[in-house]
Amino acid sequence: MSVTSNEGIIIYRDVHKWYGDFHALRGITFTMQKGEVIVICGPSGSGKSTCIRTINRLEEHQRGQIIVDGVELTNDLRNIDTIRREVGMVFQQFNLFPHLRVLQNVALAPFWVLKMKKSKAEEIAIQLLERVGIPEQAQKYPAQLSGGQQQRVAIARALAMTPKIMLFDEPTSALDPEMIKEVLDVMKELARSGMTMIVVTHEMGFAREVANRIVFFDFGQLIEENTPEEFFHNPQHERTKLFLSQILDY
Amino acid sequence: MNDNQQIVHTVKEQLRPPIERIPVFRWLKENLFSSWLNVILTVVSTALIVTVVFGLLKWALGARWEVIPANLKLLLVGTYPVEYLWRVWTTGYMIAFLLGFSGGSHGGLMRRVSTTAALISIVLAVLPFPWGTRGWLVGIAVAAAVGFGLGYLGKGIRWCKRLEIAAWILSFPISLVLLNGVGGILPVIGRRTTWGFLLNLIGAVVGIGLSFPIGVLLALGRRSELPAVRWVCTAYIEIIRGVPLISLLFMASIMLQLLLPANIRPDLLIRAMMTVTAFSAAYMAENVRGGLQAIPRGQYEAASAVGLNKALITILIILPQALRLVIPAIVGQFISLFMDTTLFGFIAILELLNITRSIMGNIEWRGTIFELYVFIGIVFWILCYSMSYISRRMEKTLGVGER
Ligand SMILES: Nc1ncnc2c1ncn2[C@@H]1O[C@H](COP(=O)(O)OP(=O)(O)OP(=O)(O)O)[C@@H](O)[C@H]1O
Ligand SMILES: [Mg+2]
Repeated sequence: MSVTSNEGIIIYRDVHKWYGDFHALRGITFTMQKGEVIVICGPSGSGKSTCIRTINRLEEHQRGQIIVDGVELTNDLRNIDTIRREVGMVFQQFNLFPHLRVLQNVALAPFWVLKMKKSKAEEIAIQLLERVGIPEQAQKYPAQLSGGQQQRVAIARALAMTPKIMLFDEPTSALDPEMIKEVLDVMKELARSGMTMIVVTHEMGFAREVANRIVFFDFGQLIEENTPEEFFHNPQHERTKLFLSQILDY
Repeated sequence: MNDNQQIVHTVKEQLRPPIERIPVFRWLKENLFSSWLNVILTVVSTALIVTVVFGLLKWALGARWEVIPANLKLLLVGTYPVEYLWRVWTTGYMIAFLLGFSGGSHGGLMRRVSTTAALISIVLAVLPFPWGTRGWLVGIAVAAAVGFGLGYLGKGIRWCKRLEIAAWILSFPISLVLLNGVGGILPVIGRRTTWGFLLNLIGAVVGIGLSFPIGVLLALGRRSELPAVRWVCTAYIEIIRGVPLISLLFMASIMLQLLLPANIRPDLLIRAMMTVTAFSAAYMAENVRGGLQAIPRGQYEAASAVGLNKALITILIILPQALRLVIPAIVGQFISLFMDTTLFGFIAILELLNITRSIMGNIEWRGTIFELYVFIGIVFWILCYSMSYISRRMEKTLGVGER
């Protein structure tokens, strides 16, 4: 499709990031292909969020190169705009707009950013709400929805820009157990539809079932990347083994 | 496991919560006479209240209230020329019409406000004013009703909504032109006359209308990423907030008089209004900034992630939430701005308070100080209470989506 498809839709080359003196990303290098689903896991504070937030420039990297769909992320605002239109993001805390109804939450960006007609934007919003299974909530405000429903609205909101890539930063960590499944189901459907996805999560069942690759982070570094099969049964690094024993064995 | 499966769930019928009915006697005992100290306090304070209320009643019944109707015109519009009073009424009609229109097309709070305004004018029309005045007053209700009808018909029509907004915005300059006049077309009133309470009203409306947008811009500027903008806004806010309004007013009236030659110096009235605006804007900015600071970072991030630019994020996402949070503080600022217009009196602009003093100086009305001040108090209270009532209703209606 695009010129760079054989090189990868996301390319990280030796990416570094500091918060003040703190070295949060210490030379991340990886390539992701179109249609891939990558799960990132690792202990708290290891830089998972920081890493995926550099993809749509919510965080700036200070060294190295990030290329998303052939566009390099620099301080050029136009590049950042282009990339943000192609990359959707779902947050741990949903971050819905509390003063807007669910429908408006979803239709907002198509209307203002893609300059669609209002009726068209709302039609798309309804379709997406159907896709995530909550069309009947369209006229409610976010605060009137359960956590699981809110997160599904957030997914619909991101999809409304018809992104090429979707980023998920611990999308189920703020949810009660009985709501986790409804959100994971939507994500699985999305993965099956061929969406390119990077998911930071501790849901190892999801990783095993959906991921093409699992990436393990520690101390701001990419320690290991592998297929789920290999990752769970034959981890290469001691750190990975320890981490797996901690999250799988209780 | 098996035990669990055997549990039968019977859903109990929903019961009403018990109504607590406390007998009067017990309530009295618990709240007023629970100990000897409380008994004494209750008796003493009852005696005090009774004395004060009786005193007030006695005074109110014997007071010379005729001072109010006799000077009503003077109090409300000063010495505004009688032959031009139609301009004041026309302004009132325009506002009543617009209120009615908005009430008809929106319902809710606007409807309540417009019907209340119409009702008040009808009630006033029943009072024994001169017939001319009563006619004008009925006209207010009629204008509101006509507006209401049209607004109701235009409900939901896109261009009607735009027209409404445009009309409201235009009503500002139109009112000012009507009231004060423009050279060549409408005779200019300016400072040929005194304006009475009308001046307090105009001062407040102009001050509110201008200081609100300026305050929002200052608040945004104070959080700007551009250091120069940030410093200028911060300096402005901090300097203004450090000086009492009255001294700013004196500076505007006397110092500008000395500094600027007469031909480029704005009129004293305009200077006074600019001063309250500038003063109020600084406070407004701090109120708005408080709201801006309460918006979590996630809102900016989510809005950036869907591709909105900074201006759109501010207008669509941040400001609506921030302003809603600080409605009480903003309306409080409006109210105090309204009260501050009485300070105009100190720089030789004859507003309501000032006129009152001149009436008291009249031998015929000597000793009517309380009557006049009570009247002023009531007039201000009615308007300020309306503002705070509207603010509370707005908080409620806008609060639907609150987390
Ligand atoms: N804005 C910030 N300022 C300073 N330090 C930060 C900031 N954001 C993150 N950090 C630090 O950077 C490191 C990586 O943070 P990050 O949020 O990427 O971790 P994470 O792997 O997502 O952890 P978690 O699983 O807890 O979400 C942490 O040590 C954190 O304290
Ligand atoms: Mg994180």
